[in-house]
Amino acid sequence: MGNPIASVVQRGWEVLARRIDSMLFGAALAIVGVGLVTLFSASDQSVARVTSQVLSFGFAIMLMWVFANIPPQTLARGAVPLYILAVALLVAVAMFGVVVNGSRRWLNLGVARFQPSELMKVALPLMLAWYFQRLEGRLRLSAFAFAAVLIAVPVYLIKRQPDLGTALLLGASGFYVLYLAGLSWRVIIGLLLAAAAVGPLVWTHLHGYQRTRILTFLDPSRDPLGAGYHSMQASIALGSGGVVGKGWLNGTQTHLDFLPERHTDFIFAVFGEEFGLIGNAVLLLLYLLLIGRAVVITANASTMFARLLAGAITLMFFTYAFVNMAMVSGLLPVVGVPLPLVSYGGTAMISLFIGLGILMSVQAHRKLVAS
Amino acid sequence: MSRRQLFSSRRRRHDGSGFGSSELRNPERELHRFRRRLSFAAVLVALAFAGLFARFFYLQVVQHAHFETLAETNRIAIVPIPPNRGVITDRNGVVLAQSYSGYSLELTPSRIPDLDQTIDGLSKIVDIEPRDRKRFRKLLEESKDFETLPLRTRLSDEEVARFVVNRYRFPGVEIRARLFRQYPFGAIASHALGYIGRINDRDVERIAAWDATANYRGTDTIGKAGVELSYEQELHGTTGVEEVEVDANGRAVRTLKRTPPIAGDNLRLSIDIGMQQVAEAAFGDRRGALVAIDPGNGDVLALVSKPGFDPNLFVDGIDSASWQELNDSPDKPLLDRPLRGAYPPGSTIKPYLALAALQSGKRTPGQTIYDPGYFQIPGQSHKFRDDKPGGHGVVDMYKSLVESCDTYYYTLASETDIDDTARFLSRFGFGQKTGIDIEGEMTGVLPSRTWKRQRFAGKNYRDDARKWYLGDSISAGIGQGYNAFTPIQLAHAIAMLANDGIGYTPHLVKSLRDTKTGTITQIAALPSSRIDLRPDQLAVVKNALVGVAKEGTSAAVFKDAPYVSAGKTGTAQVFSLKGEKYSAHRLDERLRDHAWYEAYAPADHPRIAVAVLVENGGFGAEAAAPIARKVFDYYLLGGAASATAALAPRNVTGGSD
Repeated sequence: MGNPIASVVQRGWEVLARRIDSMLFGAALAIVGVGLVTLFSASDQSVARVTSQVLSFGFAIMLMWVFANIPPQTLARGAVPLYILAVALLVAVAMFGVVVNGSRRWLNLGVARFQPSELMKVALPLMLAWYFQRLEGRLRLSAFAFAAVLIAVPVYLIKRQPDLGTALLLGASGFYVLYLAGLSWRVIIGLLLAAAAVGPLVWTHLHGYQRTRILTFLDPSRDPLGAGYHSMQASIALGSGGVVGKGWLNGTQTHLDFLPERHTDFIFAVFGEEFGLIGNAVLLLLYLLLIGRAVVITANASTMFARLLAGAITLMFFTYAFVNMAMVSGLLPVVGVPLPLVSYGGTAMISLFIGLGILMSVQAHRKLVAS
Repeated sequence: MSRRQLFSSRRRRHDGSGFGSSELRNPERELHRFRRRLSFAAVLVALAFAGLFARFFYLQVVQHAHFETLAETNRIAIVPIPPNRGVITDRNGVVLAQSYSGYSLELTPSRIPDLDQTIDGLSKIVDIEPRDRKRFRKLLEESKDFETLPLRTRLSDEEVARFVVNRYRFPGVEIRARLFRQYPFGAIASHALGYIGRINDRDVERIAAWDATANYRGTDTIGKAGVELSYEQELHGTTGVEEVEVDANGRAVRTLKRTPPIAGDNLRLSIDIGMQQVAEAAFGDRRGALVAIDPGNGDVLALVSKPGFDPNLFVDGIDSASWQELNDSPDKPLLDRPLRGAYPPGSTIKPYLALAALQSGKRTPGQTIYDPGYFQIPGQSHKFRDDKPGGHGVVDMYKSLVESCDTYYYTLASETDIDDTARFLSRFGFGQKTGIDIEGEMTGVLPSRTWKRQRFAGKNYRDDARKWYLGDSISAGIGQGYNAFTPIQLAHAIAMLANDGIGYTPHLVKSLRDTKTGTITQIAALPSSRIDLRPDQLAVVKNALVGVAKEGTSAAVFKDAPYVSAGKTGTAQVFSLKGEKYSAHRLDERLRDHAWYEAYAPADHPRIAVAVLVENGGFGAEAAAPIARKVFDYYLLGGAASATAALAPRNVTGGSD
């Protein structure tokens, strides 16, 4: 007991671990582990790829720790400036953005290209949560109408880039906050009906490739060597995996180059081919564990701001996981959404862990205000 | 604990329709509503995941057999077969660039754990030189993920056999059959031929702009300069496709369907490689340019840029040492001098100025001036000096050209408006691109008032920097001052003069041969411009140019020639001496004057026109004219007996000369 070094180490560990929610972190760690194992196979055993992903992961958990230690009230103060900055950057992209693959999504910062829509994914829920917290107890329909404008502006700017996938996901995250803040069911149902009515109108505004994706989704065999190729090959990969899978590094679809984007958006097909239905079930359970814990944290959050923010993060995490797996298994059309914590890519990894850090902060700080 | 809290909140609901109907100030009730909504969402999450599981079950259990069969049969790979690049020959069919297939040793770095160790291991089996390693490093830096890069090319059969035996030791290393480009003449005509190199990002965009991305699958080199660049699409050909069945390891088992590639067009150049060799040899170690044109049809017979470079270096990617050597050399071997070098024309401009003076009536052939050895603008002290200290005495137009008298042209320039001069000279193509069929041509400078105003526009220059002065006209009057022309402009102009004012766009490619159908497409040789010149005035100038070679500045060089040629020497100042006497040996070599010679032969029936420039060569008559003589001798005398025979039919069809 008298060992001073041991006590310093112990104190240090306490500071490090104080705000970390072990269940949330454990589930995330397990999913990242699944991701790295799959990435090694998907990248034809590229040590470089896996190393790069591990480095992103290391950086991401440092940021997670930082955010876990920021009280939600502090985050709330940054909501408005961040939202304004993100909108300004989106406008800047529309005016001076770099065109890559026909879309204007990036800002060139000299060192690296930066995609402001990533920032908006964080800024919009923050802004909405802050706005509803301010009006707590005085929520009228007009407040929701203004919130809808706050959502519509960035959604429109991103849709114009054009990046329909991100625009829809951002719209969803905004909608989650409205829903959790208590938007009337009548309005929600009314909106759904209106959307169904407007559907055909939207169709005429879609870009050619977007229409092709939807048509191909409805019938992948329409274009087996073009747009339907991804979808069909992914289904073949999953289906041929069977119950126990073909075994790690043994997926023929993967290793004979039939699977496109196999270390990013389609990595789940690699996993499903090599680990089968059992592997898929385990991955689903890990996601459920993580989301379930996040739901509990959300339910126990002490302020309106923390509740809405945590709820939006939780539901977005679910949405990414669901949309990606549904896309790979042919339930949804092909949209560019990575599988959370599994797909290769540093930016997504970092923003997801920041989200987890915010959830941990909400959990750690719940009692300070609750009393 | 927390879970109980969550679900207990559900039990305590039943508080009506929720939000909107009344102001909810009770945080407790609001929290209840929130938890209710969250629970509802949680149920949806669970249902959605259950749906996903059902879908996985359907795909992986119910439909497993179906998809397994699909995966088994899903082993057809579509392999592109790159076409053979077209052969480039000279006008007589001598091969200047060809492709042959050979084996190369290729590495996929992303699949190799320790690259250095692998390369060391390979070097024990096949011969790998330091140059190969350096080149590979450079390719590696520029490469994308998962790309396969050549380490050694042109393996011998023995090396291939040795590697195949040891292949199991080297994962990620393979032997591939590739097509290699070879330029048998090395540095000869390198700027005309150009070279091919590995496709880079800019090339990918270029290919996409042609809508040819699919056709370049399997091709990893592309034309980068010269004819290889400008005729890329014709030379490339059509990529074939092979559908092969692959086994579980990805190896081809059998071919199911094959659409053979179609080789690119063969190009026949107008260049005579024999003449090109003679011309390049005549330069020796000196820097410079030579363009020889057939005045009757615009065929470029020789296009010399000295020093040149060996295009073979670029084919598999150049190593950085060789690249630096080429790029940093003070002799600038990569500069395409005939097209991109703009030099003051010096006295070679005088025949055109004489013609302009005759046409405008400023001079008659017999009109004389007295030359004391210099010219002064009335009222100014500055002396524009002649090259002959005591002056040329009484000078008429014939003597002004034969002896290249500067004072005659100073005087003429002082009486002529620069814009009129520019207008006349521009019809000979000065200050414009000639339109030759390779890229990179410069326009040079044909000075005029408008040009000077635009050149010195903006805040960086004072107003009087934009004004045209009489002194500017005087300098321009002997081809100095702002004038700067490319050697090909000069060759094009002298060819037009030789052909009595009828011009053809110079071209390097004479015909294209479709390798599939055998159809030959001739590059049309139609006059591209025509200047109306009075035959008697033209005869005065042409006669004087014959005089130059017979009794004038280049007479010594052409003394015993069995043909009659016409020409004009030129010496272009690199360094202004401010009135001091020029003395070559006292000046640094790089500051010495450029030597020019423009000429055509035979004088009465011109078959060849040349412009020769020797950088820092000193007097045109001494440095440049002997090179023109050698080229004429080759072309008009026995030196090119076979070439002359091949030319015979052209004169019948040409018609215009």
